Amino acid sequence: MEAVAENTMVKGKANLEVFSSTLQELANADKNIVAVTSDSRGSGKLVPFAQKFPKQIVEIGIAEQNLVGVAAGLASAGKKAFAVSPACFLTARALEQIKNDVAYSDNPVKLVGISAGVSYGALGSTHHSLHDFAVLRAINNMTIVAPADNYETAQSIKLAAAMTKPVYLRFGKKNMPGLDAVDKSPFQFGKGRIIREGNDIAFIATGETVYPAWQAAEKLSKDFGIEATVISMHTIKPLDYDLLEATAKKCKAIITVEEHSIFGGLGEACASFLLQNQIVKSFQIVGIPDEYTVTGSQNDIFNHYGISETGLAKTAVELLKTVK
Amino acid sequence: MTVNEMKKKSIEYRKKILTYIYGANAGHTGGSLSCIDILNVLYNHVLNVSPGNFSSPDRDRYIQSKGHTVEALYVVLADKGFFPEEDLNTMCKYKSHYIGHPTKKVKGVEQNTGALGHGLPLAVGNAIAAKMDDKKFRVFTLLGDGELPEGTNWEAALTAAQYKLDNLCAIIDHNKLQISGTTAEVCDTSPIDAKFENFGWAVRHVDGHNFDEMIKTFGALPFEKDKPSLIIAHTVKGKGVSYMENQLKWHHGVPDAKQMEIAMQEFEEAMAAV
Repeated sequence: MEAVAENTMVKGKANLEVFSSTLQELANADKNIVAVTSDSRGSGKLVPFAQKFPKQIVEIGIAEQNLVGVAAGLASAGKKAFAVSPACFLTARALEQIKNDVAYSDNPVKLVGISAGVSYGALGSTHHSLHDFAVLRAINNMTIVAPADNYETAQSIKLAAAMTKPVYLRFGKKNMPGLDAVDKSPFQFGKGRIIREGNDIAFIATGETVYPAWQAAEKLSKDFGIEATVISMHTIKPLDYDLLEATAKKCKAIITVEEHSIFGGLGEACASFLLQNQIVKSFQIVGIPDEYTVTGSQNDIFNHYGISETGLAKTAVELLKTVK
Repeated sequence: MTVNEMKKKSIEYRKKILTYIYGANAGHTGGSLSCIDILNVLYNHVLNVSPGNFSSPDRDRYIQSKGHTVEALYVVLADKGFFPEEDLNTMCKYKSHYIGHPTKKVKGVEQNTGALGHGLPLAVGNAIAAKMDDKKFRVFTLLGDGELPEGTNWEAALTAAQYKLDNLCAIIDHNKLQISGTTAEVCDTSPIDAKFENFGWAVRHVDGHNFDEMIKTFGALPFEKDKPSLIIAHTVKGKGVSYMENQLKWHHGVPDAKQMEIAMQEFEEAMAAV
C-alpha cells in the first residue's frame, strides 16, 4: 500500500481516495476494522474495500439512523466500526444516534462524513453539511477532525482506528495538494499544524480551506509584503488552545476559515476562547454566511464567499486596516 | 429455578419496584410492572449474563430499548448481584447513577437508552459482530409496543433479516397502552406479527405473565434458522396491583402512602397464593 508522506505542494489525490486506501491498509492487518455503509460505498470510494474485504463491510442501505445505531452496536462488541455516509445525512438525520448511541453510550464509532461542506456543490443544500461542526461541538465526548490534505487524512484514519473514544472525521472529494508543516512532530488530534509562519496576520483554517489560505498568504507576501501565519486546525474539538493563544499573541489580526456556517464552527470556537482569555485582536470569521447558499460548484461557492486566494488576501488587507 | 420460585421472585420484584418508585417519587410504574415477568425469565432462566462474566466478550447481551421502565431492570440487576440493592435508595437523587433511564454507569447495563427506537439497531450491531467473529452469544432487546412507530425499528428489522440474525431476539412488551391512550388509538401498528413476518422475522406470541409459556418459548429460540426472532409478549400494564392494571394514569403515576399499603397487601396475598 502506498504510504502518504508529508509533501510540499504536490498535486494530491482527493482525501476520500486516501481514506479508502488507508482503510484497506488497516483492514488488511486487522480483521476488526469494519466499514458500515448506507449505499455509500461508491461515493465513499469503498468499492475496492468491499471487494477485498467482503466480510468486513456491513451494508445497511439508505437508512442513516440505523447505520449509526448498528455501528454503535458493532463498536460495543469490539469492532473498529467506520460509519461512512455523506456528512450532510450522517450528522443531521442520524444526529440523535450520534448523540445517544455513540457519544453518550461511549461506543467508539469512527463517524466518517464524506463529501462534506459544499463538496456536492450544485446538488444544493440538501447535500451540504454546514452545520456539522456546530452540532457536534455541542455534544460531549466527541472529537471532530477535518483533515486538510492527504497526509493529514491518512494520519487521521490511522489515529481514529486506534481510538477508544468516538470521533468524527469529515472531508471532501476534491484533489488536495500536500501541505508542509513547519514543525515535523508527529500528527496528533488536538494539535494544529503550522504550515507557514508570519507575524502580521494569521489564517486559522480547517479542512479544504487550508490550501486557499496558504495561497492567500503567499500572495500577501508577494504583493503586499504582509507575512501571514497559516495553521491547519484540523481538530475542531478539542481545539489546540495553546497554539491558538501563541498565534494570537504573535500576530496583529486573525482570520478563521472554514467550509461551514459562520455560526458555531471553528471561528466561533476561536473567538470564544480568545475573548474569555482577554486576548482581543482584530478578528474575522470566513465561512458560509447565514443565508440561502449561493448555487454552483464547490469552487463557485468558495469564490463567491471569499474562500479563495484573492478573497482571503483581500479580507486580510482590509482586516489589517482595523489594527490600532 | 422452579416456576413457583420465579413467581415468588416476580412478586418480590414488584414490591421493590413500587418501593423504590415511592422513595424516588418518580418512575414508570405501569410499564415496569408489565415487563418485570419477562425480565425475571430473561435474567433467571435465559441470559448467560452475571456480574462475573459481564466483561466477557462471550456474554449474552440484553439491551432495554424501552429505557423508561428502568426500575424493573434495576431491581433485577440488584437481585443478580450487579450492585448492592441499597444503592437504589439514591434513585433519581443528586449525583446518583440510578437515574430514570439506563446508563452504563450502572453495572449490568449494556447501553444508555431512553430515546425510543434505539435498542434494535444497537442489538443488530451486536448480533452482526457475533456472526462476524463466529461467537455463540445471543442478543436480546426489549421494546415497548408504543415505540414501534419509530422508523429505526423497521430499518433495523430489515438489516436483521438481511444478515440472517438468528442470534437476535426482540421482545415486545405488548401492554397495549401508551401515554396518550391505547396503542391502537395513538398509532395502530397492528398486526405486529404479520408486519415483522413480512420483514423476514420468525414471530411467536406469548403470555408475558405466564412463566411456563415464556420458558418454553425462549427455549425454542431461534424459531427459524437464519431468521431473527420476535416474541410478542402480551402483558397487562400495571400488572399485579389491582387499581393500576390497564389504567393509563399509572404510566408514570407514583402511589401515595395509602395506595402503597393496598399494593403491599395485594402482594402478600399473591405470595400466599403461590
